Amino acid sequence: MTDDQSTLNPYLQKLADKEIRRIQSWRRAALWLLGLSALGILVAILVGELGRYLTLAAEGLRNLVVAHHWPGWIPETLILITPPVLLLGVMLGSTAVLVWWERKVAAHTQIRLGPMETGGWHGWAQVVADGIKLFLKEVIEPDGIDKWVFRWAPFVVFVPAYLCFAPLPFGEGLVAVDLDIGLFFVMAVSGLSTVGILMAGWGSANKYSILGGLRGAAQIVSYEIPRFLSCVPVVMWAGTLALTGIASAQTGYVWGWFPRWFIFYPVIGQVCFAIYLITTIAETNRVPFDVPEAESELVSGFHTEYGGLMFAFFYLGEYTYVFVGSLLGTTLFLGGGSPLFPFLSFLPSWFWFLGKTSILIFVFLLARWTLPRLRVDRIMDLCWKVFLEWTFILVVVMGFVILWRMR
Amino acid sequence: MTSPTTPNTPPKNHGQATLADGPVFETKIEQVGEHEMILNMGPQHPSTHGVLRVVLKLDGEVITEAVPDVGYLHRGLEKLSENRTYPMNIVLSDRNDYLSAMNNNWAFCLAVEKLLKVEIPSRAEFIRVIVGELNRIASHMVFYGTYGIDLGAFTPFLYSFGRDREEILDLFEEICGARITYNFIRVGGVMLDAPEGWIERVKAFVDRMAPRLVEYDKLLTLNPIFIDRNLGIGRLPAEKALALGLTGPNLRASGPALDLRKDHPYSVYKEFHFDVPVGKGGGDCYDRFMVRRQEITESLKIVRQACEKIPSGPVMGKVGRVYRPPAGEVFAQLEAPRGWLGSYLVSDGTERPYRHHIRAPSFINLQALSDLVKGLKVADTVAVLGSLDFVLGEVDR
Repeated sequence: MTDDQSTLNPYLQKLADKEIRRIQSWRRAALWLLGLSALGILVAILVGELGRYLTLAAEGLRNLVVAHHWPGWIPETLILITPPVLLLGVMLGSTAVLVWWERKVAAHTQIRLGPMETGGWHGWAQVVADGIKLFLKEVIEPDGIDKWVFRWAPFVVFVPAYLCFAPLPFGEGLVAVDLDIGLFFVMAVSGLSTVGILMAGWGSANKYSILGGLRGAAQIVSYEIPRFLSCVPVVMWAGTLALTGIASAQTGYVWGWFPRWFIFYPVIGQVCFAIYLITTIAETNRVPFDVPEAESELVSGFHTEYGGLMFAFFYLGEYTYVFVGSLLGTTLFLGGGSPLFPFLSFLPSWFWFLGKTSILIFVFLLARWTLPRLRVDRIMDLCWKVFLEWTFILVVVMGFVILWRMR
Repeated sequence: MTSPTTPNTPPKNHGQATLADGPVFETKIEQVGEHEMILNMGPQHPSTHGVLRVVLKLDGEVITEAVPDVGYLHRGLEKLSENRTYPMNIVLSDRNDYLSAMNNNWAFCLAVEKLLKVEIPSRAEFIRVIVGELNRIASHMVFYGTYGIDLGAFTPFLYSFGRDREEILDLFEEICGARITYNFIRVGGVMLDAPEGWIERVKAFVDRMAPRLVEYDKLLTLNPIFIDRNLGIGRLPAEKALALGLTGPNLRASGPALDLRKDHPYSVYKEFHFDVPVGKGGGDCYDRFMVRRQEITESLKIVRQACEKIPSGPVMGKVGRVYRPPAGEVFAQLEAPRGWLGSYLVSDGTERPYRHHIRAPSFINLQALSDLVKGLKVADTVAVLGSLDFVLGEVDR
């Protein structure tokens, strides 16, 4: 070692360099985050409500057709297929963002950086690269599988996840089908994915898979009950099952400034929200309730034997349910698209919707990367012996409150 | 040991199987009930910590029988020893338990030194204690991290294994140039003296670790889900543990405070003050975890004291480059991170050992597995496997 070099021990120097790089990276990341948020807010203010654009576009299309004397089914068909196509885009886009975000949250929880190289800026293109990899991979079907069950399982998981988007509002006027029984529809359809998990477990001809599939079926079927019951007080309070109706019931302010969100409803709101959050994590098979895939026990559970695009569909399904669960939580408990305080109402409703959803998703991600996994029988205990009782009590109490107020 | 596997000798009528085919091993589970299923866990499985195979008989998710099948990592270290000179054998001992290679070096050297009756300089002894204890900490950090992974918490691994163990390995790299297999402790002393400032850096590391251990506890030890997964799982009574010959943290978790560093102090362990943590919950998984967690603290204490007391002087005793220990047999053992690591040597007066046997604590601790997991769930098997903390390199040798 020559004299002009640093007097620090080379090993310490290496550590110090690493530390400096990490701090620099964090600072830069924080700046980027701030800048992006500012940009998002600016765009949101400039763009305003998105619902009116869609209405305008539809009207413009109709006028165009009338002006040119084109057949009338063209605009109607276009208007009919636009929301599903947009929602597919939302589904794929949200999954891509979520996967990248999950990796970053995981990395920073675990004092590392996560993907940094792919795409240049904080590994944004890693998801794209992974998508291409999954797309190009051969789907291997093991011997002895139940072929049709095995092949259909990913789609049976994926399709209900996609259908769930139909009645979900993303902002004012941003809803594909404003169903009267929106909440009921989401809960019922999302339960169908259990069949896919069971099919994957059964069809794989693998003992780990079948254990995972059975665990998944038992867990999801059980957790659906407290999950739905935790939403019942909201429904009773709002007086409607339509998700847009529930969201609009929470707009407005108490005393002129305090938001009328259901999460702020004394006691019942908070307990309901906590139960909803936990049961939703259980529904999406994520840590601490990830027993169906339980990497350290069942290798990969029900999707052990899947690879390539088939696996990607399971992946899509899982992340979509996280997004759907967060959107639903926002609609039910966080006031949908209503601003936190009246003076913030210059920001459009879709901005509030996505912001609140992101916060819920962040809670999901943090929970996954900090907690250990519960044991399968303890999960059942928790469901049947704790959550179910509490939700029943909450429903009854809410009923009495409503009766008392109607008096 | 209730033999988990039985050599299935081929029937005499068929003379096809020759010695070259090797013995045919078959697990003993034959009777499967109507509602039972056999699950083959390993040798490729994320949480068997290497290439252990456990055959489980399941009734739903409840384990009715478990038979471990070892030998997938057998390299014949003991037989290899017979064809190598003593210094060459130190290299082999690194490969035995690769998570605590320093202690394995040390155990072999203790036996040879006992044969040679060589005087070891005091500074060498202190350096041995420092690297041995640092290695114990590193080994327990691997346990802490992998045990978290076994129970579904991935993050603690990155803290203990990815950050703190790396710092220990950096210190080792600095003193001997290697990060896993050190070949550092030699017969008569240690390979090299500590480089300038190394002792201070070790002290700095010890200081850094204190707040990090609090972090560890927040992350895993005191997590309610973690406690729920561990309390009362895989309970091993003290008598049973002693009867099975368990040693090290696994035994201390069951109650008996048996620690060679305290009871039969080798090297300079007499000069240090430290406690021997024991389990208080009847030897369940949480006890086994807690004993190791507390041992990190105790080892840090020892390292600090050793760094303060370390004398100056030579680090190598008077041992020739080629040595031929007098004929005879010797057994020496020390407290390795996984229990009593013994080295039994028979010398015939040449430069190679006539016989070398390793008392491998991992192998002996593994005997408790079949009894412990009976009646538990599949998820608990993973917890019990992880809490026994064996290294397959040492189990299979």
